[in-house]
Amino acid sequence: MPEQADERGTAARGASSAVEPVIRAEKAALAYGARTVWQDLELEVGAGEFLAVLGPNGSGKTSFMKALLGRVPLSSGRLSVLGRPPGRAGRRLGYIPQQSTLAGQAALRARDLVRLGIDGHRFGLGLPNRSAGRRVDEILAAVGAAEYADVPLDLLSGGEQQRVRVGQALAADPRLLLCDEPLLSLDLRHQRAVTELVDSRRRSHGTAVVFVTHEINPVLGMADRVLYLARGRHRVGTPDEVLTSQSLSELYGTQVDVLRVRGRVVVVGAPDEPSEPHRPAPQPHAAHPGARGEQRSTRRGTPRGKQGART
Amino acid sequence: MTSADGIGQQVFTFDDYGALLDLVHNSLIVGAALGLVGGLAGVFVILRDLPFAVHGISELSFAGASAALLFGMNVVAGSVIGSLVAAGVIGVLGAKARHRNSVIGILMPFGLGLGVLFLALYKGRAANKFGLLTGQIVAVDAPQTAVLLSMSAVVLVALVVMWRPLVFASTDPEVARTRGVPVRGLSLAFMLVLGLSIALSVQVVGALLVLTLVVTPAAAAARVTASPVLLPVLSVVLAVVSMEGGILLALGSDIPISPYVTTLSFTLYGICAAIGAVRRRNWGRTAARTDAGSADTAREVTAAAS
Ligand SMILES: Nc1ncnc2c1ncn2[C@@H]1O[C@H](COP(=O)(O)OP(=O)(O)OP(=O)(O)O)[C@@H](O)[C@H]1O
Ligand SMILES: [Mg+2]
Repeated sequence: MPEQADERGTAARGASSAVEPVIRAEKAALAYGARTVWQDLELEVGAGEFLAVLGPNGSGKTSFMKALLGRVPLSSGRLSVLGRPPGRAGRRLGYIPQQSTLAGQAALRARDLVRLGIDGHRFGLGLPNRSAGRRVDEILAAVGAAEYADVPLDLLSGGEQQRVRVGQALAADPRLLLCDEPLLSLDLRHQRAVTELVDSRRRSHGTAVVFVTHEINPVLGMADRVLYLARGRHRVGTPDEVLTSQSLSELYGTQVDVLRVRGRVVVVGAPDEPSEPHRPAPQPHAAHPGARGEQRSTRRGTPRGKQGART
Repeated sequence: MTSADGIGQQVFTFDDYGALLDLVHNSLIVGAALGLVGGLAGVFVILRDLPFAVHGISELSFAGASAALLFGMNVVAGSVIGSLVAAGVIGVLGAKARHRNSVIGILMPFGLGLGVLFLALYKGRAANKFGLLTGQIVAVDAPQTAVLLSMSAVVLVALVVMWRPLVFASTDPEVARTRGVPVRGLSLAFMLVLGLSIALSVQVVGALLVLTLVVTPAAAAARVTASPVLLPVLSVVLAVVSMEGGILLALGSDIPISPYVTTLSFTLYGICAAIGAVRRRNWGRTAARTDAGSADTAREVTAAAS
């Protein structure tokens, strides 16, 4: 039933969310050995919803993705994805891994990677066919990768590869899109292109989105809810609920100030706060005041935060 | 230098070779099958970065074959068993690329040592011994041809069936798993198929030189094309040309077949690498130009950074 409904975009959204949320976590906890990464996670994500996952390095964002994919087991609690246990949620999952996991020798072109996203799971030779080819062209154009569709992937820059990755994930016609820091190594223009692409996809097709990012501002206007992970604890809620001085101060157990400047969020004083380290200061972007998501607005936390986040 | 075809013409006109014709006929058929199988399996050897595994498996295949020789059993069967055992061990213990090479590094000398031991104990024809290592063209008789061809057919069917998901699993395992591709199972299945193709190749080019058939043609093809259709086609063409050319060249001399095959396949690789070097520069240029040309912001950032 929801399978059918989701083919038809927005109309389906109400229907399938009434039936079963795309993600449901009940008292979910994840631990590696004795080390608990997060616990008591209660969460429901419905069709078409955009969940931003924030948190410092090592706070368990990627582990959350892996739990959703059934790649790591929960240590306690329950988790269901598309109404089924993780790992058995079927094919309608789009996944953009955090780092490029492409084999070094990959003799593939951009278009081949996208094509694999469409029907790479089917047995047989998979000879080229026209309708799949057209689909691939459309997707490549949509992510702005058409110019290098025929270039071998190992000759593409990290950002170019990333755009192809986004295309590949969308090619799966996903009901749930899992993006692990897809904005990493993208320039500002393409950051916006990618976030808008993901946003329009979930609006038109009711695809639920889990979007891990170090930087909230590029997705601030899109995120329905935020899952903020830190120090083995977490906060879930709308951006307005979670991104407040009080909420983050409680989470970190120290004074954290959340400022809102021109529609952007600036977190000050979070130990090991989510910011992009080792990036040059963003002077050139001052030329675009007010443009959402163009400026890096968090800053490095105090040095002592390092141990804090690693518990 | 005369071309391979030229030599071929000579071979078929020479009366002296009349008696050999039947043998050559079988070898040519088997050679074509080997080229096909080696060229196709090679594509995944390159994609999955397995050349060292190929070498390791072929040494165990050699051990199996020499054990069979010593105990008076079927050499092909011994070779296949050795191959499959090695491929299975590497597939299971070496699932992680990091562990794989050390597993192979441990397995390979052990296999080679066993092989040398069996051969030292073997009291039969010396040509049999040498052939296992460096290849033999005269060894292919009619019943063997049938066996080798049916093994090739098995490999071929298996590769055709798993081709697309195997490409996915080989190049992009994380995402492939998400899309329901049985990455682990395919990896093991491919190792076994590879083991079988290696056992096949050992029969003709010998254990030491299997790489020339299973790695070189695919690597050469990968230099010139990244198209998922052209790559395997070109790889097979190169493998078959090396193989058949090698057989035809070897007929005119007492030298084993393998130097002919390896020289041909190495030469073809050289040509492809040269073409690829030129093409790659082109591919790279296209990508760089479009990026700089289209992105205003990118230009701005670049300007600010410099
Ligand atoms: N397979 C594993 N075994 C043991 N510990 C692990 C494993 N994977 C991750 N961890 C640990 O769990 C913690 C959370 O890791 P995770 O990769 O989920 O963090 P993250 O929030 O994605 O960090 P980043 O921002 O750096 O990507 C880290 O401290 C990491 O060292
Ligand atoms: Mg991570």
